[in-house]
Amino acid sequence: MNVETLASLARIELSSDEKTRFAGQLEQILHHVEKLKSAHTEGVEPTTHVLPLANVYREDQLRPSLSNDAALANAPDKDGPYFKVPRIIDPAS
Amino acid sequence: MSPLQVEALIKRIEQLNPKLNALIWFSADSVRRQAKAIEQLSGARGPLWGVPVLIKDNICVNGVPATCASKILKGFTPPYDATVITRLKQAGAILVGMANMDEFAFGSSCEHSCYGPTHNPWDLQRVPGGSSGGSAAAVAAGLSALALGSDTGGSIRQPAAFCGVVGLKPTYGRVSRYGLIAFASSLDQIGPFARTVSDAAALLETIAGFDPNDSTSAEVPVGAYRAAAAKEVKGLRIGIPKEYFADGLDAEIKTAIDAAIAWYRSAGASIHELSMPNTEYAVPVYYIVATAEASSNLARFDGVRFGHRAEDAGTVLDMFKKSRGEGFGSEAKRRIILGTYVLSSGYYDAYYGNALKVRTLIKNDFDKAFEQVDCLLTPTTPTAPFKIGEKTDDPLTMYLSDIMTISANLAGVPALSMPCGFTKSGLPIGMQLMARPFGEETLFQAGGAYERAHDWNKKEPAL
Repeated sequence: MNVETLASLARIELSSDEKTRFAGQLEQILHHVEKLKSAHTEGVEPTTHVLPLANVYREDQLRPSLSNDAALANAPDKDGPYFKVPRIIDPAS
Repeated sequence: MSPLQVEALIKRIEQLNPKLNALIWFSADSVRRQAKAIEQLSGARGPLWGVPVLIKDNICVNGVPATCASKILKGFTPPYDATVITRLKQAGAILVGMANMDEFAFGSSCEHSCYGPTHNPWDLQRVPGGSSGGSAAAVAAGLSALALGSDTGGSIRQPAAFCGVVGLKPTYGRVSRYGLIAFASSLDQIGPFARTVSDAAALLETIAGFDPNDSTSAEVPVGAYRAAAAKEVKGLRIGIPKEYFADGLDAEIKTAIDAAIAWYRSAGASIHELSMPNTEYAVPVYYIVATAEASSNLARFDGVRFGHRAEDAGTVLDMFKKSRGEGFGSEAKRRIILGTYVLSSGYYDAYYGNALKVRTLIKNDFDKAFEQVDCLLTPTTPTAPFKIGEKTDDPLTMYLSDIMTISANLAGVPALSMPCGFTKSGLPIGMQLMARPFGEETLFQAGGAYERAHDWNKKEPAL
């Protein structure tokens, strides 16, 4: 497994020490997980959820919700009623 | 609590918490204010009126910081109450503060916390278990009468065993997860910690039940758990799955469990040895399913709406990567990366897809066992509490300490851990009882009867 690529997919910046350390540890964990190959899973249905779940609907009625101020109160950066983030589209590209 | 009891509790916390590091947020004024405010509550005073309850740091309390013991959530103050908190407030409980935990509930030792480790009240050099280690240690040390934890693979039961208290993971869907910061959504459950089985029953009665805000909460009536805790066990059928007594089980723990089995037999329960052959796959299935779900759930911590944002990021993508790189601790990073891997194209079928099928086999083992017996009895942990620092650099060994508790989460069944003895060196030993889905009453019945005949919970740690 390529730790650097995976970390990038997971949007996590790693130090070079972390890359080396995690690579070894994750290989060890994956090795342990190999055990599952010996289970007899032919014709077995997957379990994603233990409850027999059905879609849950509610009445289409207005209910109180968070105010704009409360929703923004924890934001690291904001601009008026919006969350603010660094530039998404680079104008030079 | 009377005003005198309130001050005694505050004093005890201020005296002992520096030794234990069990509470990571505490306000004496808030406790005093709540104790006064509940006097004005209308309605009947139930069993939790005036009772102190400590809350794990991944459960949202309006206006009180909830950080999951992670740097990435430092400074985050939830703008709403979790459903369990709403119910505690309505019952007149006093919220003592927030409890230490492994970051995002990733761990079995309460060492992976950005606030430093919690210490086991029975031996300060040892871990209290995890991830709900702060909740368990606080109840054991008398810093709170009750506590809430969350359990994804043993995070309530393993620390309960390590700290000599009662801890219950309810049936999946029994307690609303609304306002619980998610780790693995198909496994997580909030549950009670207490010194006695009937106290745990009272807390569960208060927090359990359907909640329209959690579509996975079940529309199943809440049981009479305190009444069940007062029943006898004559005629109860108890299964002993042999796979839980394999190599690696500490000899002193085995002796304690054997003694508990002998007691149940003498009390008129019938004991049935049985086999749950897929138990050996529980840990590998869990570390695929739980990390897959975690990698998805933790995508929300991106520095946009709440939590830590890196300062010097050029583009938004840099901002995500740097914020998450700086904010998450090692175990969180490892699990997110592992979860990303097992879900990635080309590996999905081999890992995640296959794990879901083996999860079915594990669940089938439980279904079959419960055709023969009413509940299962096993050790909660294969060993007594280990030393702080002993396993932090060896994640796989740490994962294997959950070997007895993980299956109940994968199968969704309720499971209780309670004290059943001490090692020669004075460390608590826990036994686990598991029942069929929504069979919490059976657990309280079996646990309550055993507790009345023993006095393990009368012993207190010397602090």
